[in-house]
Amino acid sequence: MSMPSLPLFLSQLFNGLALGLLLSLISAGLTIIYGTLGVLNLAHGALFMVGAYAGFITLQQTGSFVLAMVGAMVGSLIIGLIMERIVVRHFYQRPDEDQILVTFGIGIIITEAVRLAFGGVSQRVPTPEWGSGVTKMGFLFYPTYRIQVMVIVAVVLLLLYLVLYRTRIGMIVRAGIEDSLMVNMLGINVYRVFLLVFGIGSMTAGFAGVINAPIVAVVPDMGEAILVQSFVVIVLGGVGSFPGAVVGGIIAGEIVSLTSMFSPAYSQVMLFAVMALILATRPQGLFGVEGRE
Amino acid sequence: MILQVLTTMERKPWVTELGTLVVLLLCPLALPVIGLNADIASRILIWGLFGLGFDILFGYTGLLSFGQAAFFGVGGFASAYLMINMNVDIFVALGVGTVLAMLAGVVVGYFTLRRSGIYFAMITLAFGEMFYFLELSPLSDFTGGENGITGVPLPVLFGHKLEGGWELFLFIAAFFLVSYVIAHRIVLSPFGRVLTALRDNSPRALASGHAVRNYKWAAFVIAAGFGGIAGGLLGVLQSYMPPDAVAFHTSGQLVMQGVIGGAGTLFGPLLGAIVWLGLQDNLQTIPALGPAWKLILGVVFVVLIMAFRRGLLGELRQYLHKRAHMVPEGEEPAEEPPRTMEEKRERRIAGTPEASSVPWIVPHAKSKDVPALECRHLTKRYGGIVANRDVSMAIQEGELRGIIGPNGAGKSTFFKMLAGEIEPSEGQIFLHGADITNLGVTAVAQLGMSKSYQINQLFSKLTVRENLAIPVLARIRGQFRPDMLKALHKIHGLEAQIEATLDLVDLGPRANVPVTDLAYGEKRRLEIGLALANSPNVLLLDEPLAGMSPAERASTVKLLQEIREGRTLVVVEHDMDAVFELAEYITVLQEGQLLAEGTPDQIREDSRVQEAYLGGMDENETETGTA
Repeated sequence: MSMPSLPLFLSQLFNGLALGLLLSLISAGLTIIYGTLGVLNLAHGALFMVGAYAGFITLQQTGSFVLAMVGAMVGSLIIGLIMERIVVRHFYQRPDEDQILVTFGIGIIITEAVRLAFGGVSQRVPTPEWGSGVTKMGFLFYPTYRIQVMVIVAVVLLLLYLVLYRTRIGMIVRAGIEDSLMVNMLGINVYRVFLLVFGIGSMTAGFAGVINAPIVAVVPDMGEAILVQSFVVIVLGGVGSFPGAVVGGIIAGEIVSLTSMFSPAYSQVMLFAVMALILATRPQGLFGVEGRE
Repeated sequence: MILQVLTTMERKPWVTELGTLVVLLLCPLALPVIGLNADIASRILIWGLFGLGFDILFGYTGLLSFGQAAFFGVGGFASAYLMINMNVDIFVALGVGTVLAMLAGVVVGYFTLRRSGIYFAMITLAFGEMFYFLELSPLSDFTGGENGITGVPLPVLFGHKLEGGWELFLFIAAFFLVSYVIAHRIVLSPFGRVLTALRDNSPRALASGHAVRNYKWAAFVIAAGFGGIAGGLLGVLQSYMPPDAVAFHTSGQLVMQGVIGGAGTLFGPLLGAIVWLGLQDNLQTIPALGPAWKLILGVVFVVLIMAFRRGLLGELRQYLHKRAHMVPEGEEPAEEPPRTMEEKRERRIAGTPEASSVPWIVPHAKSKDVPALECRHLTKRYGGIVANRDVSMAIQEGELRGIIGPNGAGKSTFFKMLAGEIEPSEGQIFLHGADITNLGVTAVAQLGMSKSYQINQLFSKLTVRENLAIPVLARIRGQFRPDMLKALHKIHGLEAQIEATLDLVDLGPRANVPVTDLAYGEKRRLEIGLALANSPNVLLLDEPLAGMSPAERASTVKLLQEIREGRTLVVVEHDMDAVFELAEYITVLQEGQLLAEGTPDQIREDSRVQEAYLGGMDENETETGTA
């Protein structure tokens, strides 16, 4: 095992940030839903996949990647809203285990429906024209699209933050996280807020799916691995914590990326090892509050 | 008739086990007739065996794991490796594989059980994936990485090399049967009963004196063991150990089969495997539906969770129980007249706590001057908020102490500290002179002090009798005992103590009723009964009269007068009349501090108390107005 060169190290650092920001975005969606609704959505990975496929279809029809991004958000939003209305809302008062099981089942239905419609082969979403080529950053050449993705994700995360922390609706959502019963008694229709939050969470997953689509293979199972990684992110950051999801995501991305520089075989394993370490020393996660389950 | 069968199944476990043996032996004759081949049947058995462990973990203990594939893989790859590369005998190899899977369970359980609920599901899933990645590359020298291990030999028994097909099925069936008997005995044991208690209400199980985390850990390791042996058999059946045995979808399939078949039934996962493999096999022969088999399965799964949460076998059992307990019209049991105190006293002399084999906890006081319960300078802070400040009091042996105070006086926090549910920021607590500060609620319960809660904390899926068994088991067996193969009814003194408690709280005629069917007043009495069944000699009662009708209130006041014999009672209560009637000494808390102490007469005359209540009432004491 030799020390990697500086350019390699920097490039891996960048890769880690790119992966990390993506994980942050997906985990933020997951954690907002859990924090507000108290539901751990195991179909979140499937919604990520829906975004990629919806983007793929839109791109085929229109040829515009910008429209594909809109299509992905609309697609995942619609699926998310249907899911909340038909199934999830009946589970707010049911035990955690039932919520986990039913969203797990919905994830399978969505994945299998997409497999039925598009087959199991991987679809290719080309990099948009405005993102092709490489950009010189000092002595490092880096794919332009990846830099753009990082910027876009950072902007979306900032938007989410502003909505959550600087608007009236965000205040209601955060109050709902603290005490949904109380919010309801104040005359605010919590269930409509819940629907809205579920929609926003689904949309972030779908958006992450489409912007990541040019970088990976688009297959029906693509959400599974990302779901597992976002669980690790949430355990690292603390469930229900927005800053925890962002910081946890970046840490997770860097762990995977930097470890693979030394030993690719251990990159995923190391991610889970760090999670175990956090669990042993700080079970509530980096930003989690003690005692809150 | 149905009831008889159900009771027999519970009392004589060997009946079901013998039945299972007969059915398994008939399989090679019967299944070919309906067109099922040995390979599918063997596969179903392996999933069923794997599921025995999952059901103990999820159905009985309430821990939903999405990472069981890890143990399936450890057992499978370890035994395959031993058989092929080291020529180890198949039984030894399977045994070592199972032990290794259990060791993996010990390690993974240590981490995953640090959190509960959704965390547990997420963390088990993550650990499952970790094992998958370990299999894929870091350990690929042993596991073959993406290729898996091929060439697992068929078993040789007494010099006869088994053929595949039904011979191999019977070999696997033997393992299934033994595993089933073990699992069956575990769930019927006192150990198994405690598992169901912590599934239904983990905090109450903890407060009853059970070391909940040890029980969960043990259940986790057991489940890992069943996974290990199933994984080993999979390699033998396929003569190949595939890497995707460790993948997430293996864990997912196990969860779905367990839930479809019915959690908490042991045979549920087997039935789920029949549904799964049956659908997969049969639908794939229909061209239009073939590719959609898993979609259909997903829909079935979601519908079951939405409408039939108990799963196929669970719903069937529920239906049979309902039928069995249905009382034919005109034969309603006569309402038993409430016994008088004198009658009860007579009964108590005959078959009572004192006379039963379970002794009340005898105080180990050094001298008569040592108070039963004492606290010194108790303070509890939450950040900047002080819930209790510098509270000291001593409660003598045999006393009935009332604690009153306006809303927000810090009574509940104070009580939680006494019971060991929360740790005080400062100060000490002594039980019969021994320091119990920071020992925790379980140890405190074991030392002979228990608490009944303001809001009922019952074991929701159990009957009244089963509920009362939980604290009694803690008293008899201590914090933790892995008596997994012992029959519940062989626990000495259990029945006597349950009967005595039933009698005391007047729930005798309702003993076999599920708690969900109890009236509110009955639930309240059971709540107190749970605290009593623990044989405490110091009993903390948090608002025992909360929400009661006048008649219920009167009978509960009578109950409190009865149970105070030989015990020290501390009662927090809003019902002033009751407190002044019952208590011989009253402590008043206000704004987290001790305001006054004295006999009921002294308290009644105390001007500070009058001011605290009347003054407070004018400004913000709204409870009486809204209640």
